[in-house]
Parts: sequence; structure tokens; C-alpha cells
Amino acid sequence: MLLGEVDFVESTGVMVVKSVLIFIGVFLIVPVLTVVERKLIGRFQARYGPNRVGPGGVMQPLADVGKLLGKQVFRPENAIAFLYAIAPGLVILSGILTLAIIPFGNVEDGVGLYGIDVSIGVLYFFAFSSFAFYGLLLAGWASGSKYSFLGAMRSAAQLISYEVSMGLALLGVVMMAGSLSMTSIVEAQGSIWYVVPQFVGFLIFMISGFAETNRSPFDLPEADAELVQGFQTEYGGMRFGSFLLAEYLEMFVVSGIAVTFFLGGWMGPGPPWLDPVWVVVKILSLIFVFIWVRATLPRVRYDQLMSLGWKVMLPLATLNVLVTAILVTVL
Amino acid sequence: MEAKLNADKTDWSPFPYLDDQDVISVQRGPEPGGLPGAYRAFGETLRGLKTTFGRIIEGPVTIQYPEEKTPVYPRFRGRHKLHRFEDTGLEKCVGCSLCAAACPADCIRVVAEENDPENRVSAGERFAEVYEINLSRCIFCGYCEVACPFDAITMGHDYEMSDYNRSDLIFTKEMLLAEPIDRTPLRSEGE
Ligand code: SF4
Ligand code: SF4
Repeated sequence: MLLGEVDFVESTGVMVVKSVLIFIGVFLIVPVLTVVERKLIGRFQARYGPNRVGPGGVMQPLADVGKLLGKQVFRPENAIAFLYAIAPGLVILSGILTLAIIPFGNVEDGVGLYGIDVSIGVLYFFAFSSFAFYGLLLAGWASGSKYSFLGAMRSAAQLISYEVSMGLALLGVVMMAGSLSMTSIVEAQGSIWYVVPQFVGFLIFMISGFAETNRSPFDLPEADAELVQGFQTEYGGMRFGSFLLAEYLEMFVVSGIAVTFFLGGWMGPGPPWLDPVWVVVKILSLIFVFIWVRATLPRVRYDQLMSLGWKVMLPLATLNVLVTAILVTVL
Repeated sequence: MEAKLNADKTDWSPFPYLDDQDVISVQRGPEPGGLPGAYRAFGETLRGLKTTFGRIIEGPVTIQYPEEKTPVYPRFRGRHKLHRFEDTGLEKCVGCSLCAAACPADCIRVVAEENDPENRVSAGERFAEVYEINLSRCIFCGYCEVACPFDAITMGHDYEMSDYNRSDLIFTKEMLLAEPIDRTPLRSEGE
């Protein structure tokens, strides 16, 4: 079958309702994340961060969106209009599509607490998360600016150096669980979370995750110091906002995948209705790590990124997969 | 090779190198790459994470400026103040214009007037009828304070003097005699 099998399907009505719920829930979290990130980075640098708009600065996202909406819709003269316009959409679409497979809970009362449970979960994730890079490439190429183009080239190079190790990092888990489906992988972690036996895989996945989401220390495509935001240079207003939104969405998704594969998904003490809460708590703590690392590490150089990807992560990931394969077969 | 360490002769040198060598090899950390490099990078990363997390625990050091003011040192040279005698309430300034003469920016204007013995303004023979400091030209050097024979003018601690109009920055005698509306906090001893 072309699209892979779907393990568990509800009626269309239920599907629509839960999709809308997940969508709205996550899109409510994303603006909160932006302000939390800015406040946290402030704390990491011994300052307060935004605290002027609303009590304690909580209304900052609204002010930001208001500002972005008020900006003139602008397009450079030698940009390719159509591609320039759809690029931010592609990036967001990729985030939303990958969001669909993150399980927030098991099947309860005949409703699975996830967008969709495809039997090829991991492949689905890779297929649609790499989609975002098309958005970045198009954005950089269609802007008709050399900074954007450089940023886009960097993102392409980053993609090829990290996708492989990321896939290999997840492969260890897949071999241990014996399934590609997200729910089965979570269920296989009943006795022990895979972060313990697959610690190396977890580290490699998180490091690749930083590259995947274009976040510091691997934010080369949007290096604001030398490339003035790279592929986003020529974007303004809400289109720029879309890229920002997509970045946080991707961070959420990558954390979600890491939680599903390594941190036991919805597993946690308490009654079953607490499951989604556990997932969100785990995702948010991983996002804290993302922010923490951003506040700590400087951006790596282009060649350092390459050599880390090809000379350290790839051999390590391969070794991890080999050892796991041997252990899984022997034990 | 006869290895005679320099450290034997001079106890201050922390770098052991051979006595008969002109060219010495510099000790470096591990090169990037390889196992030592990776170990070092990993360790330093963890150290960095610890450093930044420490900032969260210590809390912010920001001074929330418009609400809280930055404290100044006791000898900070801010906006001038004119003084009165505390017992009689008479102005200390006698209109001698020494401050105006000392001012390198030439921003003080003093017009002196004879005191009326019935209704004295200052303790001396004369008093300052007009006393203006143009703060948009003042460089806060404090020479006026040094020049004044009666300690009538001193530099205060105010530093919030922005205004929308240049003419509003000409401070008159009444403004300089009045207490500033907001008192600027002073730094504590030894800070
Ligand atoms: S501080 Fe200096 S520049 Fe300012 S009024 Fe006094 S003498 Fe003139
Ligand atoms: S402030 Fe002092 S120096 Fe200036 S006119 Fe008055 S008495 Fe003389």
C-alpha cells in the first residue's frame, strides 16, 4: 500500500474533532513558547526578558503579532513571486503534518489521542519533516538575494549531514521495539524508557534535532550575525512571522518525536486521563533543553558542522545501530 | 638528550622546557577532532550549560530603570543645587560671579543686585538677582562648585534632565534652590 497502513481509524467526525483540538492546542502553545523562550533566555543571561506588555510580559506574543501584521507586505523586485509566497506555507505545512503522528495518549474510549497512527511512523516523520527544507530552499532561492541564497545552501548542506544520523539514531529504537508505529513504540517502553538503553541514540537524535530545527548552535541557515537571518532576509511582516511560527512548531514536533521514541511517550504515573499532560510536560522539558542550549552555545562554523555531522555523529550512529542489532538478535 | 628542566634553576617558570633548546614546543590543548577533542568539547559544553543554569538560580541583576533608578556614587556630579543657610533661610550665593568665571562651558549667568537691609535675600552685601545655568551646555565638570567661596553651589545627584525643549534646560535660581522631585539613590559604602 502506498501510504502505509493505518492501525486504528475512527469515524470521520471524531477524526475532524480531534485534529482540530490538537491543532488548536499546539497553536496555543506556540505563542506561549516564544515568550517563554525570550524570558528564559533573559534569565540565562541574568536579566528579566520581556516584562512590559501585560502582567509579567505574558501579552508579548500578541504585541509581536500585532507589529508583524502592521508591516507592509513587501516583495523584492527580482523575487520569484509564486515561490516566494508559498515558501513560508511549505515550512508550516511540514510542521503541521509531522505533528499529526505525535501520540498524546493511547486509545481511550475508542478515540486515539493522536492525529493519525500510521504503521510507517518513522518514515512519515522523515518524509514530512524534510519537507521543511524545501520551504527554506525555495525561500532562499526565490528571494533573489545572495544572503538568502547562502542561507538556503547552508540549510541544504545541513540537511544532508544530519538526516542520516538522525535516521540511524531512531533505527536503534525501531529495532528494539520491532515496529515503526509510534503507538507500538511507546507501548514497548512499558518496562524501561528507551533513553536508558539507547542513550547514545538519544544524544545523536537531540543534536540532529538542533540542526533539524535550525536552532543554535546549528542555526547556520539563519545566522543573524553574518547572513542577516539567511533565507528569511527578504521576508517581512506575517510571512516572516510564519517562519518564526514554523521554527517553534518544529521544535515542538522534534521534542514530541524524542519523547515518543526515548522518553516513554504518555507513560507516567497517574490515571489514563493524565497521559496527554505527561506528554506535554515531557515535550516542554525538552524544549527547555533546546532553549538552554541556545542560551549557552555559540554558533558552530560551517566546516565544524560538517565534520561533526560526518566524522562524529554518523560513525557513532552507525556503531550504535550495529551494537543494538547484535544485542537485539542475541538477547 | 640531557634533559635539564628550567624549573630546577628558576622556580618562577611554570613551563618546563629544555635548557639547550632554542625552539620550544608550546603546550596546547587537544586538537579539535579525535577522541580527546570530542571529550574536551563534550566536557566544555556541559560546563557551559552549568554556567548558564547558574544565572537562572542567581536571578537577574537588571535594574528596572524607570521604576528603579541606578544608584550613583556619593561624589557623582549631577544636576547643580543652590543652597540656603539652614538656620536663617538666607541664600548662600552672594552673586560674586566666580562660578561663571570658572565655568569652561560658559553656561552660568549671574546678575547681582544690592541687598535691601530690611529684607535680605542673601547673607552678604549683594545677592544673585538672576542665576541661570544652561544645562544643555554644562559639561558637569564641577568647576563652579570648586570656585564658589561660600559653598553656595554644589553638584547634586540628579541625572534625569532630558527635556523636549532646549529652553527648558535653562535652570533658574528657583529651580536650583528647590529640592529635586525624585531623589537619586546613593550607592552604599564600599560598593
Ligand atoms: S559644572 Fe562645569 S560646565 Fe557645568 S556649570 Fe559648573 S563650571 Fe560650568
Ligand atoms: S554660586 Fe558661589 S561663585 Fe557663583 S555667584 Fe554665587 S557665591 Fe559666587
